[in-house]
Amino acid sequence: MLKIKCSNIFFTLFLMLILLLPLISNAASKWKSLADDGIHDPESPAIGVLQEPADALSKLPQDTSGNMVNWVKALEQGVINPRTNIRPETKVRIRNDDVFLEQTGEMPVVRFPHRAHTLWLDCKNCHEKYFISKKGANPITMMKILQGNYCGRCHGAVAFPLTECDRCHSVPRQKLEQAKAESRKKTQAENK
Amino acid sequence: MQKYWRLIIAGMLFSLVFSLRAEYGDVVLNKRAEKEGMPPVIYPHWFHRIRFRCKVCHFELGFEMRAGSNNVTMQEIIDGKFCGMCHNDEIAWGVENCDLCHSGRPGLKSKIHGGHSTAGPGIW
Ligand code: HEC
Ligand code: HEC
Ligand code: HEC
Ligand code: HEC
Ligand code: HEC
Ligand code: HEC
Repeated sequence: MLKIKCSNIFFTLFLMLILLLPLISNAASKWKSLADDGIHDPESPAIGVLQEPADALSKLPQDTSGNMVNWVKALEQGVINPRTNIRPETKVRIRNDDVFLEQTGEMPVVRFPHRAHTLWLDCKNCHEKYFISKKGANPITMMKILQGNYCGRCHGAVAFPLTECDRCHSVPRQKLEQAKAESRKKTQAENK
Repeated sequence: MQKYWRLIIAGMLFSLVFSLRAEYGDVVLNKRAEKEGMPPVIYPHWFHRIRFRCKVCHFELGFEMRAGSNNVTMQEIIDGKFCGMCHNDEIAWGVENCDLCHSGRPGLKSKIHGGHSTAGPGIW
């Protein structure tokens, strides 16, 4: 009787260890090396020539999801300065205001920052393809986002993933008026 | 005991699948490459976005933002379209470096890796 119980516990612990292995190995290195990332061919002559993700990404402001890099900070702090255009005649367009999306039920309100986005993207990447440029004109739901529409086109694919609820749902309802006032001030300052 | 072994093997497979994870935002392009005898192409977003903003490729150069929706052919790249707009020995090294782009494992499907579409329902 006792013997069976002991081995049960042993096996359960063993199983837990195996299930936790990926977490442990992720903690050891945040970025997989190319040779064992599951998509590069370890035999390819490119391995050793291509840059390893850890080599470049560990030098940028860190985050806890996606590429483990806070790309907004990397840009703001000038750690990276990616090119905005290749053709000299292309107009680089920036917009500074925030849009507050308030149909969030129980969740805090979503603050959509145009500035953080237009530093990376052009208006045409979003308007009028994914978003009509009129406040409240887009019937966005979390379900549609999770299926890869609206914000989910980029978030969860290239920009930070959808598990980061707080980064979008960032304004508690009782602080909404205050946040809107602060946002207006900031926008005016940036527009100058 | 037997049912435990089954669980353990499942656990091992599980951890294998999860530790073999491409960098977030890597795109595999393999509509034609493998059919024509070349390994699949791997396009790394993280590497390029350190050097170029999204708008360069997705606005100026006109890449659609959906994996697999750009009909990229090698001839067009050599003619200076798609990847060839930069991989032309001017902005970046040229098309003669086949291996650097065609570096994927055999059998990969065209899609984006590392995002929610691949992390599966496990996260939810
Ligand atoms: C906007 C310009 C641009 C476009 C478009 C572009 N690349 Fe690049 N790519 C670069 C630059 C610049 C480098 C760095 C070259 C260097 O280090 O000399 C690079 C490097 C690379 C590397 C090597 C990364 C490493 O680890 O060294 C790969 C692989 C690559 N590109 C694949 C692609 C593929 C595939 C496409 C098309 C789907 C593409 N690129 C489109 C500019 C571009
Ligand atoms: C990329 C930004 C983003 C992230 C990340 C995000 N949301 Fe949302 N969420 C939105 C937007 C935008 C809306 C729609 C607001 C509107 O239309 O006014 C929304 C709406 C909602 C709603 C109310 C409407 C509905 O569809 O039910 C809930 C609940 C919600 N989100 C929960 C979550 C939870 C939980 C998470 C984290 C697991 C999360 N969201 C992560 C952007 C985001
Ligand atoms: C990442 C996607 C994205 C980009 C890029 C973007 N926008 Fe928007 N824009 C939005 C969203 C989301 C809304 C809110 C729509 C809503 O309320 O349903 C919005 C709203 C607007 C509105 C209506 C604002 C209001 O208060 O009524 C205007 C005007 C606008 N955008 C112009 C622009 C311009 C000009 C650019 C380029 C400089 C731009 N947008 C770039 C996503 C984007
Ligand atoms: C066309 C692509 C695209 C779309 C669509 C998009 N985003 Fe983003 N978003 C980005 C990129 C790129 C960043 C930069 C950070 C990163 O890559 O992780 C970003 C960053 C953010 C940030 C972080 C800003 C900061 O200061 O840290 C928030 C919040 C955000 N997005 C919310 C939203 C919401 C809400 C929507 C939908 C209404 C949305 N995004 C739609 C591409 C997009
Ligand atoms: C050097 C060029 C280049 C740059 C810079 C670039 N991309 Fe991409 N992007 C691509 C290519 C190539 C594809 C794959 C297209 C295909 O498979 O047909 C792609 C695909 C995508 C997709 C589709 C993924 C899916 O789920 O199907 C999204 C979203 C995306 N990029 C967003 C971004 C964002 C956001 C940025 C800026 C942070 C960015 N890209 C920067 C070249 C680029
Ligand atoms: C800058 C990156 C890059 C380089 C360098 C490159 N290719 Fe490609 N190649 C691609 C992409 C992207 C595709 C389209 C992949 C797909 O969807 O199948 C492709 C497709 C192909 C195809 C499929 C058929 C066709 O014509 O589209 C062949 C064959 C091919 N490449 C051969 C080569 C050879 C040989 C070299 C070296 C001389 C080379 N490639 C260099 C990116 C590259």
